[in-house]
Amino acid sequence: MSKCVCMIAEFRGGNFRRVSFEVASEGKRIADSLGVSLCGIAVGLGVADKAAELGRYGVDKVYVADDPALENYVADTYVPVVAEIVKKCDPAVIILSASVDGKDLGARLAGRLQAGLAQDCTEVVCENGAIKAKRPIFAGKCFAWCEWAEGALPVISCRPNVMDCFAPMEDKKAETEAAEVSIPAPRSKVTGVDLDTSGKVELTEAEIIVSGGRGMKGPENYAMIEELAGLLGAAVGASRAAVDSGWRPHSDQVGQTGKVVNPNLYIAVGISGAIQHLAGMGSSKFIVAVNKDPEAPIFSKADFGIVEDLFNFIPVFKEEVEKHKSTCS
Amino acid sequence: MNIVVLLKQTPDTESVIRIAADGKSIVTDDLKWIINPYDEFAVEAALRLKEKHSGSVTIVSWGPQRVVESIRTALAMGADSGVLVDDDALDGSDSLGVAKALAAAVQELNPDIVLCGSRAVDYDEAQRGPMVAELLGWPHLALGVAVDSDGSKVQIDRPIEGGKVSAEAELPAVVTLGGSHAVWNPRYASLPGIMKAKKKPLANKKLADIGVEGSECGAGAAKIRITALEMPPQRAAGRIINGDLDTAGKAQELVKALHEEAKVI
Repeated sequence: MSKCVCMIAEFRGGNFRRVSFEVASEGKRIADSLGVSLCGIAVGLGVADKAAELGRYGVDKVYVADDPALENYVADTYVPVVAEIVKKCDPAVIILSASVDGKDLGARLAGRLQAGLAQDCTEVVCENGAIKAKRPIFAGKCFAWCEWAEGALPVISCRPNVMDCFAPMEDKKAETEAAEVSIPAPRSKVTGVDLDTSGKVELTEAEIIVSGGRGMKGPENYAMIEELAGLLGAAVGASRAAVDSGWRPHSDQVGQTGKVVNPNLYIAVGISGAIQHLAGMGSSKFIVAVNKDPEAPIFSKADFGIVEDLFNFIPVFKEEVEKHKSTCS
Repeated sequence: MNIVVLLKQTPDTESVIRIAADGKSIVTDDLKWIINPYDEFAVEAALRLKEKHSGSVTIVSWGPQRVVESIRTALAMGADSGVLVDDDALDGSDSLGVAKALAAAVQELNPDIVLCGSRAVDYDEAQRGPMVAELLGWPHLALGVAVDSDGSKVQIDRPIEGGKVSAEAELPAVVTLGGSHAVWNPRYASLPGIMKAKKKPLANKKLADIGVEGSECGAGAAKIRITALEMPPQRAAGRIINGDLDTAGKAQELVKALHEEAKVI
């Protein structure tokens, strides 16, 4: 049996997460360059009905584990199930998402399979049948190219929002097969799930981020940032200074001890640009900085900088965006 | 409750990173070294568990002798003892190799719970905790931003994309820590703490002392290695608008740029 590339999909709340389609697309590119097929692993409650969807993004065959015991991700159940399927499909490469759960699954799975894992990859290349992967280190201050030892199984987690996603081939369905797996009695479990249903955009997956820093002066002023973000369909971020001051939750923190983000547009408002912050947002495609201090380091990263007091500028900018939107629609 | 914290020493997050002449490692000459911030959160979480349940906190680390300073800092925060696995055979190890050494060191200590950062701010492999748990055959929970235990189980809150989950595991277990300084507010070492730390036991070990062969976890056993480093692409100098336009003019220019250049609105 020829080897395949194996992608692990992520299923939550009745749907595959978008990053799974990015992973499938990248998996397909690798499979094509290796001249092998792309198989998928789909684990979760209710995933059987959706599994064929992965075909739209190039997956040939999906092994499905659909069971009430797999409703929520815990390594204790997911890793043995995935490992068992992996053994069955004997992959040349395993690829999954560098999401919160994906990074955890990848690490324990690599431990179990005695494989080499490259987390959070931003580029994968295949040269003469050998895989190389590029990943950020020091929160993006530097990038590392990784290669695998001969005979080692590459496990690659892909940073969300980076790998090009195919336009879905609407009529293509993947073959599916219920995997016969035994689910071990778990020693750990999820006891509660609290999903934000407000439609808030997750920072690491956002296409636009508006971030506020120390210059915001207080938590009450973030309403301005939130309104602008709402208008742009953006997620709201914060600098460490703002989080340490208790103005914003830690989940909003962008930087070396927070989230590393790479949106199409990053608007830094009242953020001076500490080196840790610049590392966390420096790979954003277009960076706008608003700061009254012309010497602020953030301007060195900015594609577009506005030197002005944010309290003057943001309300006017918001109006201009509204004006632009009304003339465009 | 016997608690082990796996602690890595990393360059300060303030550090400017430069690529060394070999093209695949970083220049370390002028770096300031700190406890990996996420491992510092783990030390704090461990000390809080010890305050609740009594017992001991042991710091387990690996690396050269400079790591002793970071272990002493954790001891000054209130940890009880330290183990440093300092063995040249670990040079060039991958995450799995390091995890093998750490799992062996942990096994000797027979703890109820192992805590460590969910990631390290240097190479950001995010593998150590789950791999050690796998090698020990224990359950693990990842990315805790709140940790509590009744002595037989451990509970955490864990942020996921667009929400959070609560999870629990039977002990013994490994828990990795997420969050931020604002969440954990790790305590400083007090002056008396620093004085006491000097007398706390700190064992230097070789791989042979913990029953691991260098061939199992060193460079030769590595499944994955870094073959080259590169700096992020230089950004072209941006357009900075200072005093030359009024506020509305600046805003209009920005909207135009977002529409025409960034193509996001």
